[in-house]
Amino acid sequence: MAVTIEKHATVGDAQRALGGDAVYLGGGTVLMREINAGFVQGRIIRSTDPVLKQIRQSGDGFEIGAGVTMSALANHAELAFLHPVVRAIGGPQIRNMATIGGNLFAEPPYGDLAAALLALGARLVMAGGQARPIEEFFRDRKRAGLITAIQLPRPRDNKSFAFHKVSRVKPKGVSVMSFSALLPRDAGRLRGVRIACIGLGPGPLRAFSAERALEGQVLDAASITRAAQLVTDGLEPPTDALASSWYRREVAGVHLTRLLERMI
Amino acid sequence: MAMKPVTFILNGEAKAAFTEDGQNLLDMLRRGVGDLSPKYGCAQGSCGACTVLINGEPQLACLVLAESVEGKDLETTAGLGRAGLHPLQEAFMQRFAAQCGYCTPGMLMAAKALLDINPRPTRDQVIEAISGNLCRCTGYEPIIAAILDVAEGRQAP
Repeated sequence: MAVTIEKHATVGDAQRALGGDAVYLGGGTVLMREINAGFVQGRIIRSTDPVLKQIRQSGDGFEIGAGVTMSALANHAELAFLHPVVRAIGGPQIRNMATIGGNLFAEPPYGDLAAALLALGARLVMAGGQARPIEEFFRDRKRAGLITAIQLPRPRDNKSFAFHKVSRVKPKGVSVMSFSALLPRDAGRLRGVRIACIGLGPGPLRAFSAERALEGQVLDAASITRAAQLVTDGLEPPTDALASSWYRREVAGVHLTRLLERMI
Repeated sequence: MAMKPVTFILNGEAKAAFTEDGQNLLDMLRRGVGDLSPKYGCAQGSCGACTVLINGEPQLACLVLAESVEGKDLETTAGLGRAGLHPLQEAFMQRFAAQCGYCTPGMLMAAKALLDINPRPTRDQVIEAISGNLCRCTGYEPIIAAILDVAEGRQAP
């Protein structure tokens, strides 16, 4: 058996073609390596619909086409809050190819941007037009369907969203773990805290214990210490080629502290 | 297996080739077109040896679907030294920046992409620009020095 490539002019046609075991090809950085190795067989769907490459500002946020590359995000002045995330992904070649939509499907140790989108409370626009919360998608991403765009609220100011990545090689190291934190404030107190990470579980997930430790608090040394102590509560960090579960538990609080201290 | 025709510009010349379903650009360039300058390293986007410029952007030919370059402008190392050595090639020689040489075509294309948009990069920008390219011989310092030589308009140390 071999692969068959089907090109579709619109995302609607691509969505209709996806069914069965067909797989969607975005920027290629995840799927092409599987094709090269012969691990993926059967129908591969791709689309040249220009809507996938658009970045639009809408009201208080953005709608970013799923095929927008990391480089395009890094070069977009209004998306400065995402620049630390996308500039930490891959090398220049990978950033010119890898897409925001593809990152949602990337397996560990990839997915830094996916976790940042989770922290930001993104909504995913499906090929049918309906938008759904990103949490729903992560519950069953294997059968998600075709994502055409990502809707993002703009963080209120540059202290309310930040990103921290831990890698052994710089630049272009993969994540041992990374944290993204959204800390909206209301009269000095944190309201609607969202902290997401990769490297502490099977994929991008929220650190609910750390979120609860911060919710309603003032961001200061005491609340940060409490959040750092609790960050891996309820999580099961994996042991893999990059780090052991024990190591990840030991250092997760240190790195969350470094991130949060920058946001005071 | 279905063969699809694909046309593109390679180093300034119009080219046409047939591609098989699922074939990557690196394989099409090497076996279909006969341009052996991009190297086959890891085939998984880790090493950068297959770096080519597509519409001026460095990309990894092993992860690009060959049929997707229809109508695009490609540059490889084979096109660099047409009218005598390119200043980057000259500087790589002067600085002994190639030892086994396998990473060199990818390094040259990554460096060219940088200098095309930023003729006076800082050392950190050079390091960032070649961060997607592995070299197991030189320790990178001669490569960084060679690129900075060209950026500063002097090729000999």
